[in-house]
Amino acid sequence: MTSPYALPAIIAVTLVTLVIGAYGLRLARTTSDFLVASRSVTPRWNAAAISGEYLSAASFLGVAGLVLKNGIEMLWYPVGFAAGYLALLLFVAAPLRRSRAFTLPDFCELRLHSAKLRKLAAGFVIFIGWLYLVPQLQGAGLTVQTVTGGPYAVGALVVAIVVTLNVALGGMRAITFVQAFQYWLKLTALAVPVIFLVLHWQAAGRPDPAAIQGETFPVATTVTVEQSATLTLVVPTEVAARGSVDQSRVDGTVVLPAGPHTVDESTVLTFPAGAIVPTVSGASTPLAWLVPGSQGPGGLFAAYSLILATFLGTMGLPHVLVRFYTNPDGAAARRTTLVVLGLVGLFYLFPTLYGVLGRVYTPQLVLTGDTDAVVLVLPGAALGGGLAGQVLGALVAAGAFAAFLSTASGILTSVAGVLSTDIIGRGSIRDFRSAALVAGIVPLVLSLRISGLDVSLVVGLAFAVAASSFCPLLVLGIWWRGLTDIGAAAGVLAGGGAAAGAVLLTVLGGAGHGWIGTALNYPAAWTVPLSFFVMVVVSVATRRRVPANVALTMLRLHAPDALRL
Amino acid sequence: MDPVDTEVPVVATTGKRTRVVLADVARTGGTRRTVAELTQQSPVGEALLRGLIRAQLANALRLAAVVAVGLGGLPLLFTVAPLVAGARPLGVGLPWLVLGVAAYPFLFVVGAAYVHLAERTEAEFTHLVERPDR
Repeated sequence: MTSPYALPAIIAVTLVTLVIGAYGLRLARTTSDFLVASRSVTPRWNAAAISGEYLSAASFLGVAGLVLKNGIEMLWYPVGFAAGYLALLLFVAAPLRRSRAFTLPDFCELRLHSAKLRKLAAGFVIFIGWLYLVPQLQGAGLTVQTVTGGPYAVGALVVAIVVTLNVALGGMRAITFVQAFQYWLKLTALAVPVIFLVLHWQAAGRPDPAAIQGETFPVATTVTVEQSATLTLVVPTEVAARGSVDQSRVDGTVVLPAGPHTVDESTVLTFPAGAIVPTVSGASTPLAWLVPGSQGPGGLFAAYSLILATFLGTMGLPHVLVRFYTNPDGAAARRTTLVVLGLVGLFYLFPTLYGVLGRVYTPQLVLTGDTDAVVLVLPGAALGGGLAGQVLGALVAAGAFAAFLSTASGILTSVAGVLSTDIIGRGSIRDFRSAALVAGIVPLVLSLRISGLDVSLVVGLAFAVAASSFCPLLVLGIWWRGLTDIGAAAGVLAGGGAAAGAVLLTVLGGAGHGWIGTALNYPAAWTVPLSFFVMVVVSVATRRRVPANVALTMLRLHAPDALRL
Repeated sequence: MDPVDTEVPVVATTGKRTRVVLADVARTGGTRRTVAELTQQSPVGEALLRGLIRAQLANALRLAAVVAVGLGGLPLLFTVAPLVAGARPLGVGLPWLVLGVAAYPFLFVVGAAYVHLAERTEAEFTHLVERPDR
């Protein structure tokens, strides 16, 4: 599936990113320029930049992969990613901009005057940032592996180095232009190929994505079965197998007759090129893939947890808030958010189509588990190895790289900003640069160690932690006078801590199965209410600690900009 | 906008503060008087601010409720009414059309409605505060 144009396209995107970054560097003269672009970015650039920064590996690769694998229920990811901006618009955008907080720890200090709470918030910003950076680097590794055949580590390493250098040298002004450019690149890179793919699918008589397919493996493919599954073969197939098939041990070449076969965990199967892809019943049945609500109460709990995490998590993501400071006032912040909602929604029309068409043209990915690669391999698989397939394949690879570079830059800027002002320095440009290096190295090491998790799953967990810690803090801090520093800290520790614990268990593979497994894999449904509850109860219990100037703070957050108070 | 909070006494209390307000009025022809009440947190200013915050929160909660019912009700609907989940208008499953396409314009329209409401509330508040004949 390698396209000769893919590598040059990836290199071009990386170089353009660096060149625009260097151009921005010449403009960055003061600390203010460096960190927040002196608040001189126009709303249209700003909205495109926010969208460009937000559409990450999870949006570009992960959503399509999950739709391919698990079907309709996964559409809650993109819907939630977009709806998160609506929650941000309704409850946070304008007051937060007026608070003049640059980061979440800044907001804690401005609203509640607590240095300890500030440190706690800084800790959560760094945890969420790193959790979010890992899948970006994973995606980069996967892309390089898929489109060039090179090693996984190279992609992760390249993105980590380019982004760290760019952030350390250019700061915010530089990345505003880069991010805006990358939104349009990402949109083009998904929208143009999908037009060709849909036309091709139409011309082929619109094969049904939910039907059992008779697709063949394009090359000899080795599959390691991760969970015991039943494979259904349409015709007798010769496979090289090692492990357990139909309850008997096999090691060598066997001819499996047509019909269902049970394959035990960690069995390795090698299918020859041209063999018909079997259907897997362990993953999701065609019905469960197509129709929602067919997975029982566990599925319903997972759906609501996902909705809560993504709807409420966006406002708590560190790289999203920083951008709001570049708006001139509260009303502009609101309008910018609305434009972002439109741009992001437009983008999310496309990944679903890749997932659905992947069912028709690349069903072997479900069997091999490489579903995150569907966006990358689909143009070549559907349109063939001709020029069109190769050029479009290169275009999606370039878009994917734009996704990793822009999101990773945004998060790294925020994490480095918080590190340099709250943990290891006093906020000078010099501190910021060394913090960027530290902030880039940790997720790089993590991403080289964890490679088996779905990109969107990890990002979903980052959303769950953000929704359980910063969402209650922001919403109550902006709308409720009664919030105290101790109440806020207790809520963040209880809800955010529980979510972070669940995340660590999931990532380390100790979450288990059944109800407890579901509750840990999708923690938001219980950790978000927990956080709100603890924050309110403890604040009421410590109500003597409500800041004396809370009325003045509220006036600043909510008074219309036109009054110029 | 919500009515003024009844628990707060509307009459100004200390003579000192009233004098400052009057001086302000004399200087600027009346337009900055209520602004001063806001910044000095007089009972009137407090009541005005509480009213504004309550109105804005009501705007946000109302539209959040629209989304909570419109989108948040879907998983439940699909679970209890398999017939709806299995419907296929235009040859595509209804849930796919709703979640894959219709959700995004819906969210944008709700967002645009909120921006409109919030800006109108702010304009009313600004008008109330800066009205010269108060």
